[in-house]
Amino acid sequence: MPNTIKVSIKRQATPDARATTETFEIPYRPNMNITSLLGEIALNPRTVNGTDTTPITYDSNCLEEICGSCAMLINGKAMMACSALVDKLLGAAEHGQKPDLAKTITLAPLSKFPVVRDLAVDRSVLFENLKKVKAWVPIDGSYDLGPGPRQFPQIQEQRYPLSNCISCTICMEVCPQFNDATGFVGAATIAQTKLFNMDPAGSVLKEERLRALAGDGGIQECGFAQNCVQACPKQLPLTEAISDIGRDVFVQQVKDFFTQ
Amino acid sequence: MAATPRIIVVGGGLAGLSAVIKIAEAGGKVDLFSIVPVKRSHSVCAQGGINAAKDLKGEGDTVLKHFDDTVYGGDFLANQTPVKNMTAQGPAIIDLLDRMGVPFNRTPEGLLDFRRFGGTLYQRTAFAGATTGQQLLYALDEQVRRHEDEGKVTKYEGWEFLSAVLDDNGVCRGICAMDLRTMETRTFPADAIIICTGGNGAIFGKSTNSVVCTGSAQSALYQQGAFYANGEFIQVHPTAIPGEDKLRLMSESARGEGGRVWVPRDRNEKRAAQSIPEGDRWYFLEERYPKYGNLVPRDIATREIFKVVYEDNMGIDGQPMVYLDVSHLSSERQNKLEGILEIYEKFVGDDPRKVPMKIFPGMHYTMGGLWVDFNQQTNIPGVYAAGEADYSIHGANRLGANSLLSCIYGGFVAGPQAMTYAKSLAAATGDGGHAAELQRQEEKNAALLNNKGTENPFKIWRELGDTMTKHATIVRYNAGLDEADAKLVELLDRYKNVNLSDKSQWANTSFAFTRQLYNMLELARVIVQGARLRDESRGAHYKPDFPNRDDENFLKTTKAAFVDGAPSISYEAVDISHITPRPRVYTSS
Repeated sequence: MPNTIKVSIKRQATPDARATTETFEIPYRPNMNITSLLGEIALNPRTVNGTDTTPITYDSNCLEEICGSCAMLINGKAMMACSALVDKLLGAAEHGQKPDLAKTITLAPLSKFPVVRDLAVDRSVLFENLKKVKAWVPIDGSYDLGPGPRQFPQIQEQRYPLSNCISCTICMEVCPQFNDATGFVGAATIAQTKLFNMDPAGSVLKEERLRALAGDGGIQECGFAQNCVQACPKQLPLTEAISDIGRDVFVQQVKDFFTQ
Repeated sequence: MAATPRIIVVGGGLAGLSAVIKIAEAGGKVDLFSIVPVKRSHSVCAQGGINAAKDLKGEGDTVLKHFDDTVYGGDFLANQTPVKNMTAQGPAIIDLLDRMGVPFNRTPEGLLDFRRFGGTLYQRTAFAGATTGQQLLYALDEQVRRHEDEGKVTKYEGWEFLSAVLDDNGVCRGICAMDLRTMETRTFPADAIIICTGGNGAIFGKSTNSVVCTGSAQSALYQQGAFYANGEFIQVHPTAIPGEDKLRLMSESARGEGGRVWVPRDRNEKRAAQSIPEGDRWYFLEERYPKYGNLVPRDIATREIFKVVYEDNMGIDGQPMVYLDVSHLSSERQNKLEGILEIYEKFVGDDPRKVPMKIFPGMHYTMGGLWVDFNQQTNIPGVYAAGEADYSIHGANRLGANSLLSCIYGGFVAGPQAMTYAKSLAAATGDGGHAAELQRQEEKNAALLNNKGTENPFKIWRELGDTMTKHATIVRYNAGLDEADAKLVELLDRYKNVNLSDKSQWANTSFAFTRQLYNMLELARVIVQGARLRDESRGAHYKPDFPNRDDENFLKTTKAAFVDGAPSISYEAVDISHITPRPRVYTSS
C-alpha cells in the first residue's frame, strides 16, 4: 500500500490569472497538519503527474492559531491551516485510528477576498473596518498618568473573549451577507465595537462607533444566519455581540433623530 | 536635516509598535515596515504575562528586587544599568497598558491581578488569561492604527527589510526593502532606523518561534558592520510539543500538577504508551533527582531530556521525544490544566487525559542580538535596535514574563533616542548611498534568480536546523561545535549552487525565504563560534567539559564582527556597577 496522501490545490499565479488545480502526492506521516503538508510540497514541488511546479504561496506565521494568518478553504470549509489535522481530515475520528489514504484533501483560497496568489488573499478590508469604528481607547498619551480606571472581574470576563479575535476573517468568509452588494462590515468588526464600548475609557467614543455601524454596510445588513459563531476558530460570542450592538445602534439612531 | 525627523521602524511586534507610538507622539514621521500585517507579529505567542513590581499583593515587592531577580536569573551577564532602568519603569508601563484597555485579569476590588512566575518569590506578573502577549500587542496595534488614521504613521505591511542604506561615512540614511507581492526592491530615506525584528528561531529549523523569526535583518546588519552580541545564548524550554512544522509550548504547570516524564525502558518498544506497564517505564528525572523529581529546574530538565534522546538513544520510537504523562492524575487535577491540555488535543489530536503527551525541549528565545549602547543604538550611527532583536537585559538566561516588558521598554527608549539623534543629524552628501545599496541588492536578487544550480533551499534549511539543534542548543561540546561550524561552511558553499523552483516575480515566497536563508547561515556561525570560544557554563550555555561559571575569564559580553566573510569574536566588560556577582543557586529555596 502506498503510504502517501493526495492533496488537490486551487492555484492562481497572479490576481488576474486563471485559476488552475494541481494535485500532489505527499509521503504520509502521522500527525501532519495542513501547513506541514504545504512545507513538504516546497521540499519537492512536483505534481502527481510528475510535472515540476512552484511551491505554494500561502500566509502563515505563528502556526498555533493565534496570529490569524493561515485561514483558507480546506475540503470546502473555512479553517485555519495550522490547526487542521490531516488524520482528522482523512476520516480518523480518533487519534491513532488509521486515516483513509484514498481520500483527497482539497485546498482553496478564501472566496470572499481578492486572491494575491494561490492560497494567499488580501484581507486588509478588516483592518480598514477597524479604523471606521475607531477600535481603540483614545488615551491622552503614553507618558505615566497612573493606573487606568478600576474594572470589576465581571467586565473583564466579558471583554476578554471578544479581545481574543485573531482577525482571521473566517466569520466574514462564511457570512452570506458579506459581499460587494451589501458592503457589510462583518461580525469581527462589530465584536470589536462591543469590546471598546465596554471599556470604561474606551466608551467615550461609543456614539461615534454606533453611528459608524448605522446605515448601509452597517449592522442592519446582518441576516442572522449565525454561520459566523459556528465557524469562529476562537469561539467568540459573535451573535451575542451583534444583537447587543444592534440594540445600541437602534437606540442611538432614535436619540439622534430627536436631537438633530 | 528636514524639519520633521523621519524614522523607519522595522518590525511591528511589541518593541516596534512601542517605538512607533513614542515617535508619533513626539511629532516625528514614522514609516513602519513589517513582513506580516503587524497584528500578526510573533508577540501574540507570549502566554504567561508581564512583570512589574507593583506590589499589589502586600508582599513588599520592590523594583530593586525585580532588578536583582533579573540580573541573577541572567547569571550576571546583563549590563546592569539598562536592567535597572527597565525594572524601574515596569509599573508605569503596566499602568499605561491598563489605560489602553488591555483586558488584564482583575481582583474582586477591580485592581490588576498578579501571579507568581519562575525565578522570583513575588507575585509580580500581570496577565490577561493565557494570551497576554496577544492582548498587549493588540493594545499597541490599536494605538498605532489610531496614529495611522491621523496620518502620523505609514505602514508598509508585506515588505521585507533587506539592508540599511549607509553613506560614505558609514552613517545610516535609510533602508532597502522588498515588496513581497510585486517583488519590487527599492530604498526608503530615513534619518534613523529602529530594528525590532525579534528572535532567530528559524535558524534551529523548528522552534517555538513564528515563521518570520529568522534573524535575517539582524544578520544583514551584522554583515554591514553592526556588532552581534552574546549570540551563543539561546533559551530552550524543556517541554514543547514536537510538531511536523513547529514546536508548540506546553506549560510547566503540567508537571506542577503532578505530570511525570518517562520513556520506555526498551528502545525497541512497540506497544502503545498507555499499555506499557509501570515496570517497563523509565522515569529518568525521578530516578536521577529523587528529591525534586519531575520538578527540577528548567535547565536541568531540558538537559536530561536531551541526554536521554541523543546520548542514550532512548527517545520514543527512535524520535527526539519523551512522554509527559498526566493521564494518571485525578480528573480534578486534570481540570486545572484544561487550557493547556486543549492546546495539545487540538494540535496533536490525542486526548492527554487518556494518552501520555509526547514532548521535547524546544528552542524558545534569543537572549543575544544586535549590540546596543544604553540608548539602544548599535555601533552603526543612526541604527537602533529594541526587543528580542537586541542583546540587552536578559544576559545568559531570560526570566519568564520579562520579555514583554523588555520589548516595550526597549521601544520606549529607542523611539525618543532616535528622534533626538535625527534632529541633530547633518544632511547627507550626494544621495546618501541609496543608488549603490539598491544596486547591491538588485545584484543579489539577479544572482539568485539566474542561478542554475541544483540545491533546494528548503533542504539546506532542514540540514541547518538539524545541525544547530544537535550541536548548539542544550548541551554543547567543542568537538560538536567545530563539526557544526564545518557543516555551516559546507552549507554556505552549497548555497552558491542554490536553485529556485519558482523564479516568478509575483508573491514569490520561496525567493524571499532563500534570501533569508543566506542570512540565517551567516548568523548561525556567530552562534556556533561564540559558543565554541566560551569555555564555561553560564545560564543557558552549558558545556559538560566546563561545568562551572568562570567569572575570571568569561564575565564579559561576546561581540561578533563580520570580518573577511566570517565572525571575528572580541569581548567587552559587563556593567556590574550595582550588584556584585554571586553564585546562582536555586536548589536551597
